[in-house]
Amino acid sequence: MVTEYNEPLLEQEPGSDQHRQRASADGLARSLLGRGWRWRRSAAEASSSSEASGERTLLSPLMLRRPLVRFCYWVVFLLLLVGTLTTLGPLYWMVSGALKSNVEIFQRPPTFWPAHPQWSNYSNAWQILQLPLYLGNSLMLAAGAVLLQLLVSATAAYALSKLRPWGRSAILFAFFATLMVPPVVYLIPQFVNISDLPLIHVSLINNWAGVWLPEAANAFNILILKSFFDTIPGELTDAARLDGASSWQVFTRIVLPLSRPALAVITIFTVIASWKDFLWPLLVLSNSNLQPLMVALYHESGLNANLPFSYLMAGLVFASLPPILLFLLFQRQIIRGVNLTGLKG
Amino acid sequence: MSRSSSSPSPLSPPREPAPALMSGAGLLAARGEQAHRRLGPLSRRLWALWRQVQGYLFLLPALLIFALFVWYPVVLGFVMSFQSVDLINPATWVGWANYRHVFADPLFAIAWRNTLAFTGYALLFGYVVPLVLALAINEMRHGKSYFRLAFYLPVMLPPIVTVFLWRWMYDPDSGLLNALLSLVHLPGRLWLEDPQTALPALVAVATWSAAGSTMLVYLAALQGVPASLYEAAEIDGAGFWRRLWHVTLPCIRPIMLLMLVLQIIATMQVFIEPFTITDGGPQHATLSILLLIYTYAFQNADFGEASALSVLLFLVLAAFGLIYLRLTSHMLQGD
Repeated sequence: MVTEYNEPLLEQEPGSDQHRQRASADGLARSLLGRGWRWRRSAAEASSSSEASGERTLLSPLMLRRPLVRFCYWVVFLLLLVGTLTTLGPLYWMVSGALKSNVEIFQRPPTFWPAHPQWSNYSNAWQILQLPLYLGNSLMLAAGAVLLQLLVSATAAYALSKLRPWGRSAILFAFFATLMVPPVVYLIPQFVNISDLPLIHVSLINNWAGVWLPEAANAFNILILKSFFDTIPGELTDAARLDGASSWQVFTRIVLPLSRPALAVITIFTVIASWKDFLWPLLVLSNSNLQPLMVALYHESGLNANLPFSYLMAGLVFASLPPILLFLLFQRQIIRGVNLTGLKG
Repeated sequence: MSRSSSSPSPLSPPREPAPALMSGAGLLAARGEQAHRRLGPLSRRLWALWRQVQGYLFLLPALLIFALFVWYPVVLGFVMSFQSVDLINPATWVGWANYRHVFADPLFAIAWRNTLAFTGYALLFGYVVPLVLALAINEMRHGKSYFRLAFYLPVMLPPIVTVFLWRWMYDPDSGLLNALLSLVHLPGRLWLEDPQTALPALVAVATWSAAGSTMLVYLAALQGVPASLYEAAEIDGAGFWRRLWHVTLPCIRPIMLLMLVLQIIATMQVFIEPFTITDGGPQHATLSILLLIYTYAFQNADFGEASALSVLLFLVLAAFGLIYLRLTSHMLQGD
């Protein structure tokens, strides 16, 4: 069934020039959010087709044979190579800083290479910063965020796309209008809200639910999943219904399995966003046993001035490893996701 | 939901008889047509009603969450901006007093000036850098994926890591920046302690950490520029620069516009850099609107005044939000 379902989609992939022209004219977002889900193609297909037709850029192959153009090309290449030092340099500075002794790290002028690498800094920081506790908290916050966001947005997107209840355009508008309101403008009322929920009068301060629940209201997830579910042919879900499947069964056995790529993108983005989140957990979680790593690092760096600086750097390295590893593992999905939403990763 | 799973008869008629069904599905549809004819009008209406109820059941979690954690706080924010709220005593109605206080605060003008300056600087660097990077990387025949990876990597760093790392790099004594300057025999600076350089220094941090994702969006847009346009322009005798100006840039203009609006909205919410690196200093040179809101609420415990300022920020952002919505409105027409 899966292959039968993918076949017609691939024909509509943005490959032909005609489609591309339309895509660029109407805005890329439409082609990405509409039918042409680039991520449906396997890596092999994507690379082969882009080599066949898409490799034509501003520079023509003919131009590149001219010596002057070739020279300029390599100058730009070198400039870019030097440019990557501005992004990789600070990362190296962090990793190597964590290896320096506490004298060397404040030495003036600083050393570019640790004179006596203190590998024990990393293991000491692991213990002094109580990283197992805070890493675990961050992990729990991320896991809860993924579960809740997937549940909330997938069910809503399924209802809007396949069950189509009355008044769905009004509901759709009510969801998507929230995209226009950046969460920081209701940060203060949200905090008041969390500290005393209406009707039930429960405080979610110092409760992970106080972090999980507000982030579950994510209209972008619904937007992405709904447009993905829209590409699943109605014939498929109707056929399952004729076989006696309930709406729930259609949802869990057909719609969700077919949407694994979209769910994967949302999962990865939610994990990374939750891992990086700082301000809201800082406000909600004042109990240090519940805090995620980012909040803990902030507190450690501020109050605890006697924390050796290289330990703080080691803590920063530990904090950045998970998202970087996730990125290296799921580069393709993340790049597609960024293109899809135009959002900051 | 379980009730419908237990009912054995195939109930749902396809909305329209689809002629070209997939292999197995065609047979099922035919069987469904028969069953459909056997159903009485009452049960058909009941079925339609049940389907509606199911639709709302599936929407329920999202509706609840959005109502409680988006729609309600947004309304609450407007209400609180006319109240005195300190989370200890019950809220009391104070009319426009919060707004008057906010406008009378000398920090109000400073915070807006800084925020707008931050946005301006961020556009100056942050708008051009990713575009130029994307244009250059897209032309590369070598190391394209390495460049993409290397320039995107800072985006993956958690903001807390980025700000602490840069605070150290800006350190006048042990920082990397002054060390590099002294290597080429240039005098170092007190980057963060000098009101002249503190704000641009924070903009540099923000740009460093955000440019990669904008670059990725441009790279994708550039790949959508049709090869036939380049070839046609070439046949017409257009050189490199004219192809860039008349083919490439017009093709990615919608995305450029979208990114401009998104960047303005994002940079006007600047918080974490001034909060953690400079704490609004020196001499309020990096105090942003959001930092002022935070100060009102969590240092002065005046949630009403903080809400009033939030409402003002919201009005400004909503203006840009409306532009954003216009640019992306075709996304919502997917229904």
